[in-house]
Amino acid sequence: MARAVTTQAKIAYTAAAWAVGLLIFFPVLWTILTSLKTEVSAVASPPEFLGADWTLENYAEVWQRSDYPRFFWNSVIISVGSTLLGLAIAIPAAWSMAFVPGKRTKDLLMWMLSTKMMPAVGVLIPMYLIFQRTGLFDTHVGLILALMLMNLPIIIWMLYTYFKEIPGEILEAARMDGASLRNEIIYVLTPMAIPGIASTMLLNIILAWNEAFWTITLTTVNAAPLSAFIASFSAPQGLFYAKLSAASTMAIAPILIVGWFSQKQLVRGLTFGAVK
Amino acid sequence: MGQITLTGVRKSFGEVDVIPGVDLDINDGEFVVFVGPSGCGKSTLLRLIAGLEDTTSGTISIDGKDATALPPAKRGLAMVFQSYALYPHMSVKKNIGFPLKMAGMDPAEAEKRIQRAASVLNLTNYLDRKPGQLSGGQRQRVAIGRAIVREPAAFLFDEPLSNLDAALRVGMRQEISELHQSLKTTMIYVTHDQVEAMTMADKIVVLNAGRIEQVGSPLALYHTPKNLFVAGFIGSPKMNLITGAEAAKHGAHTIGIRPEHITVGDGAWEGVVGLSEHLGSDSFIKVDVAGVGIINVRGPGELNVHHGDRIRLAPAGKIHRFDANGMAL
Amino acid sequence: MSTTSTRAAARLMVAPSVILLFIWMIVPLAMTVYFSFRLYRLLSPDRTGWVGFNNYMWFLNSPDFWTAIINTLLLVGGVLIITVVLGILIAILIDQPIWGQGPLRILVISPFFVMPPVAASIWENLFMHPQNGLLAAVSRGFGTEPILYLESYPMVSVIFITSWEWLPFATLILLTALQSMSSEQMEAAEMDGASAFSRFRYLVLPHLSRAITVVILIQTIFLLGIFGEIFTTTQGGPGSASTTLPYMIYKQALIAKDIGRAAAGGIIAVILANIVAVFLMRAIGKHLDA
Repeated sequence: MARAVTTQAKIAYTAAAWAVGLLIFFPVLWTILTSLKTEVSAVASPPEFLGADWTLENYAEVWQRSDYPRFFWNSVIISVGSTLLGLAIAIPAAWSMAFVPGKRTKDLLMWMLSTKMMPAVGVLIPMYLIFQRTGLFDTHVGLILALMLMNLPIIIWMLYTYFKEIPGEILEAARMDGASLRNEIIYVLTPMAIPGIASTMLLNIILAWNEAFWTITLTTVNAAPLSAFIASFSAPQGLFYAKLSAASTMAIAPILIVGWFSQKQLVRGLTFGAVK
Repeated sequence: MGQITLTGVRKSFGEVDVIPGVDLDINDGEFVVFVGPSGCGKSTLLRLIAGLEDTTSGTISIDGKDATALPPAKRGLAMVFQSYALYPHMSVKKNIGFPLKMAGMDPAEAEKRIQRAASVLNLTNYLDRKPGQLSGGQRQRVAIGRAIVREPAAFLFDEPLSNLDAALRVGMRQEISELHQSLKTTMIYVTHDQVEAMTMADKIVVLNAGRIEQVGSPLALYHTPKNLFVAGFIGSPKMNLITGAEAAKHGAHTIGIRPEHITVGDGAWEGVVGLSEHLGSDSFIKVDVAGVGIINVRGPGELNVHHGDRIRLAPAGKIHRFDANGMAL
Repeated sequence: MSTTSTRAAARLMVAPSVILLFIWMIVPLAMTVYFSFRLYRLLSPDRTGWVGFNNYMWFLNSPDFWTAIINTLLLVGGVLIITVVLGILIAILIDQPIWGQGPLRILVISPFFVMPPVAASIWENLFMHPQNGLLAAVSRGFGTEPILYLESYPMVSVIFITSWEWLPFATLILLTALQSMSSEQMEAAEMDGASAFSRFRYLVLPHLSRAITVVILIQTIFLLGIFGEIFTTTQGGPGSASTTLPYMIYKQALIAKDIGRAAAGGIIAVILANIVAVFLMRAIGKHLDA
């Protein structure tokens, strides 16, 4: 909707828009700033902006705490693991629904969407008990499974919308060219679908990393990822402000960066393709 | 090679009988055109032959062998799709070579075939480009190239020229005809454009609502249409169809006379000119003839007739007669 | 496009996901229903038995329960209104001709990628903390006493934090939809003499209606299950002032370790979610091009 406007108007709009943007971003910015201050400087009153004591010691200290790296790697393992597992199951499903749709395919998709609408608390009890009894409680495998199940509908939906954009005729051409189903998938479908699969993967890693229900309720110490760690250390005993800020920054930095690059995929994925 | 027979081929989608039943013989080396209005089932028929759809009943045999249950890859046919269906992530060379790769051909032999096809289609300089970097006509040729290298028993074309602009269409039409002359392979060509049908075909199959209305050479269909549908479909502008008293005069329920078979000057029909279009090479006029109806006439370019003129028309060619059921008498 | 061979293969490929999701839906749900009718406490496992609707009655009779329901609806409704209204306004603002739209989008998007516990922790400690928080410093700067946000206004604070997290999502979706609008339409309206406000009302808003619908639907799904923020900051308190239904069930399950009661609560939550879902799907399903 870019139209020619006076430079005056443009300056006004820019100022207003950036003011709003900075306001929204400010908490993140403040956290990053606080993480770079000494503890004393961090709790100084009135708060110090430019004149603070700057240091990187907080990051070193937090990372060297014997447990922080473990939480970090747990987050990595669980998000990547559940995403890969989800993709392995979802790709064939989305393929068949996009290219060989039956009469019930739309209904099937809506049903899958509806499973996501069921509140997690509704199945908290059985999950908790099953996990305890089967030894999945507080394990990587357990959490990977739980998160995969939570996000499977989204993964399938996203892949479905991407696959639907691949012209069916190209796959038919492959079939006429003598490609078996396996070859069709390897040589034609997958290369064309890779951007879509990558987007889905990114989005899902974000969702899994940020997940804050199962990661809290189904873990204690071993498999607890960053979400559980930060949640139980919110009251700053044991972690002072600057260190808390450093821990928080490290917890959100990977996803912030990934997220900045995947805005389009986010819109598409989380709206189940309804908005592109 | 390239002899195809359809016996009692039926196709239904659920309750809908798209093709109630088709019997057809296609001889080796023939250029057969399936033509008909949108939705008549011509593409469906082509896809049944290709193996991309299963028949509901009936048999398809290729070179004497029953191919009805065979998957597309095993039928030895090659298809050129309306949208070309090129692999966007592969170069032209890889696109053309793909079927050979799928067949596990020796790379040296494959390379020879690719180069041959590329030179026939003037693609040698484009082998390393991707489809996205090519024009419509070039993409069309790559699609044909991909079909040629397989040295199939027959080529199947699904409205290949509809996505091209008018000028390009004429050129490509001739190229495909020339290709047929040099390769001498059976070609089955689907189009809704009767001009393409008339100019390219050895044999035309006119389809309507899944049924074959008539099969024959272009001129046979032009001179001797078996029913009203074929009469009105072949020939542009459409044949004039007249019912009522005028038709009864000739002993038929409906008579037809082509616009190009009417002369302006002296004649039994008198009327007022409505629309008149002068192209320089030809003239097309619409005349409202009393007691007969609106008649379209095609005349020579020099015809000096305009809106509102009173003129006389005389039939100067075959008058086609049809009974009440639309069948030719 | 389909032949029998491909169709059979297709069904085989959908099977694992369908089976998994089916089991994931049915089995745990059935178990929850089962437990909801039983006396089952992890701390006294030998006392078991059928108690009928007792667990459900406990909830319905507990004043905390009704508070939780209201809080849940307040949370969902409050965040929806704030994010949609502000989202539209901010999207329109960003869509204007401005410098640096790209980096600006990145700034505005950021809160969405901050995981809930961290978002809550940032607000709780760095801003709302009565001694060290930035807002407290601002109050002191004005000479007033710092407000105890999380203590005095727990639910409002939670709604605020959650809105901050979800505003970017709504803004991004609405901005995307806004930018997909054809400028020709707007130009035609301008030539027809429509004012900026009229253009907004008659062209922009209807075009956005589909995106707004999607935003409301998606956000409701997630908002009904908000947990991490409350767990991190107020733990549902003071008392049960900021307890929502999910949090209440969590407390019963993992703190009071009363499985039977928690299960009953879970079923109530499922029923509530289904009611909301039915309304939503009906009102919104027609907008979705599924």
